[in-house]
Amino acid sequence: MDLMVVVQILDSTLRLATPLLFAALAGLISERAGVFDIGLEGKMLAAAFASAAVAFTTGNVWVGLWAGIIASMFLSLIHGVASITFRGNQLISGVAINFLAAGLTVVIAQNWFMQGGRTPTLTGSARFERLTLPGADAVRDVPVLGPLYSVILSGHSILVYVGLLCVPLTWYVLFRTRFGLRLRAVGENPAAVDTAGISVVGLRYAAVMIAGVLCGLAGAYLATALSAGFVRDMTAGRGFIALAAMIFAKWRPWHALGAVLLFGLLEAIANRYQNIDLGVIVLPGQFMQALPYILTVVILAGFVGRAIPPRAGGTPYVKER
Amino acid sequence: MSTRRIPHWADVVLVPLTSVLLAFALSAVVIWAIGEDPWEATVLMVQGALGSSYGWGFTLYYATNFLFTGLAVAVAFQAKLFNIGGEGQATMGGLGVALVLLYLPWPHWSLALLGASLGAAAFGAAWAAIPGYLQVRRGSHIVITTIMFNFIAAALLNYLLVSVMRPAGSMDPASARFPAELRLPRIHEMLEVFGIPFSRATPANITLLVGLLACVAVWWMLWRTRLGYQIRTFGQSEPAAQYAGISPLRVTMYVMLISGGLAGMMAINNVMGEANRLLMNAVEGAGFIGIAVALMGRNHPFGVLLAALLFGFLYQGGAELALWTNIPRDLIVVIQALVILFTGALDNMVRIPIARAFAMVGARR
Repeated sequence: MDLMVVVQILDSTLRLATPLLFAALAGLISERAGVFDIGLEGKMLAAAFASAAVAFTTGNVWVGLWAGIIASMFLSLIHGVASITFRGNQLISGVAINFLAAGLTVVIAQNWFMQGGRTPTLTGSARFERLTLPGADAVRDVPVLGPLYSVILSGHSILVYVGLLCVPLTWYVLFRTRFGLRLRAVGENPAAVDTAGISVVGLRYAAVMIAGVLCGLAGAYLATALSAGFVRDMTAGRGFIALAAMIFAKWRPWHALGAVLLFGLLEAIANRYQNIDLGVIVLPGQFMQALPYILTVVILAGFVGRAIPPRAGGTPYVKER
Repeated sequence: MSTRRIPHWADVVLVPLTSVLLAFALSAVVIWAIGEDPWEATVLMVQGALGSSYGWGFTLYYATNFLFTGLAVAVAFQAKLFNIGGEGQATMGGLGVALVLLYLPWPHWSLALLGASLGAAAFGAAWAAIPGYLQVRRGSHIVITTIMFNFIAAALLNYLLVSVMRPAGSMDPASARFPAELRLPRIHEMLEVFGIPFSRATPANITLLVGLLACVAVWWMLWRTRLGYQIRTFGQSEPAAQYAGISPLRVTMYVMLISGGLAGMMAINNVMGEANRLLMNAVEGAGFIGIAVALMGRNHPFGVLLAALLFGFLYQGGAELALWTNIPRDLIVVIQALVILFTGALDNMVRIPIARAFAMVGARR
């Protein structure tokens, strides 16, 4: 395996990790506020469709991006109404959102474009273009650092960099601002937050809607940058891999970046090789696909450090009377 | 949780019925919004699913799948466990059926049915038992682990069908065909004995009766046995159950074994009864429909039976709809989502106004 192959794999690692990163951060913020979100998949899917459809119709990818975010936030709102206002089961609500998105996207796409539940292929300004970072061409021939900067870091769509910036931003908001402190408190002990005169409902809605924005970015990236258009069920379990990454990272932003890069790497390797020959044993490609899920089960089971979710996660808050 | 009490009949009939009607009303809006006529669509669905013995055959076939997965989710719900893993457990059940039928000699289909049922139940139960054990002993959330196990099962089956079980020379990722003499009797063959004509082209088979038996057995287990009492107590209040000497590990393990076994047994309908070989993605989402079926059936075996029939009707009707109109089959996924949303997550939205209405009527008296 020569250096160029390694560089190419790392390059696609970053690309494949980006939708996972947005979605994992979305789940992280929602669950830190005590609202389980297994509807990441559905929100991504809805955003992917809405962004591709609108980008194709308007020919402007930025309008598409906004459409994706709005679609995802709409599903977030449903999740909020069901699990915060009506104190329903957050897991069931998430399941419903996943199916709602899976069904509606295809029904609307078929009705809109008549292409069997997909959007036409996006071209030109309806897609996010690849950016070349400043100086990327100049350092291309520098050994090691050259390919690292000009191939792996440079040459992605703007959303990849937005995603990377979201990591410190999420960390800062969660751990260095008053809002973040309250958000985390509401996920651990909502009664205490309520006693302090801060609205539990308001904070949880805020967290759920932020998750909607991030899932919107994830879906829009998927349909308008990673691929060129929407196809049926194009998220293909990425929402659940993101959920896995979030647990893997034990609900911490920087660790989430590490987790999605790891899972992105696994996907990149699986895409490139059918089987992986380790000399002693040949790993089938399907094993690589299943590895994120297996790792998550192992982590959840506490065999490699314990993953403890926010204490009030999954329980609706009932004000004392 | 509502503080107001509502009569029992309203709880088991009025609330779910209102939720389902809301879900259907919204589905009608969706049909209308894409420029089709909801009434015409309904008529087409009813004709397509219930208007002929052909339609009934498919409706019953699908309903049998959903009966098993619905019972699986319902049993787990009774213990307040949310088993989203029906899809993976049914996939593994299919593997169990295939192994039993391909590698063991069976003299007659009836014995093979028994063996295949055991194989399907064992594989499904094992696949559900691991998340159950991990929840009680290692504190990992059963919802997340069962989701992960769905994906792991899909990958495992993909590997086995592509690399191990595929017969030499065959291109499609599927197992070899099961022996022809082990084919399960179809509904039309069973009805012929009584001289009743029935469409010969449908996959509905004797598994339907097994499903009905399972339905009664689950009811018996839940309300007539000590284990059922422990399961329901555990579901109502875990601390109370523990105080009464009920072991969480024991109850969780039994519930997940039964739940996974039921989901796995779906495979005798689709793998043994219909395809006659193990195919990739044979479950086709039936494991997830089980969630909607259980929620709608209020986790009661007979409610589940009714809900399974309704979803069987929707599934077959939806297929007919896709055939004759421009409404894709995915519309049933939307209906399924709305049913889960209204009967599951938005239960209080329906329940609280109904409770208020009862309180007002009660106050007037």
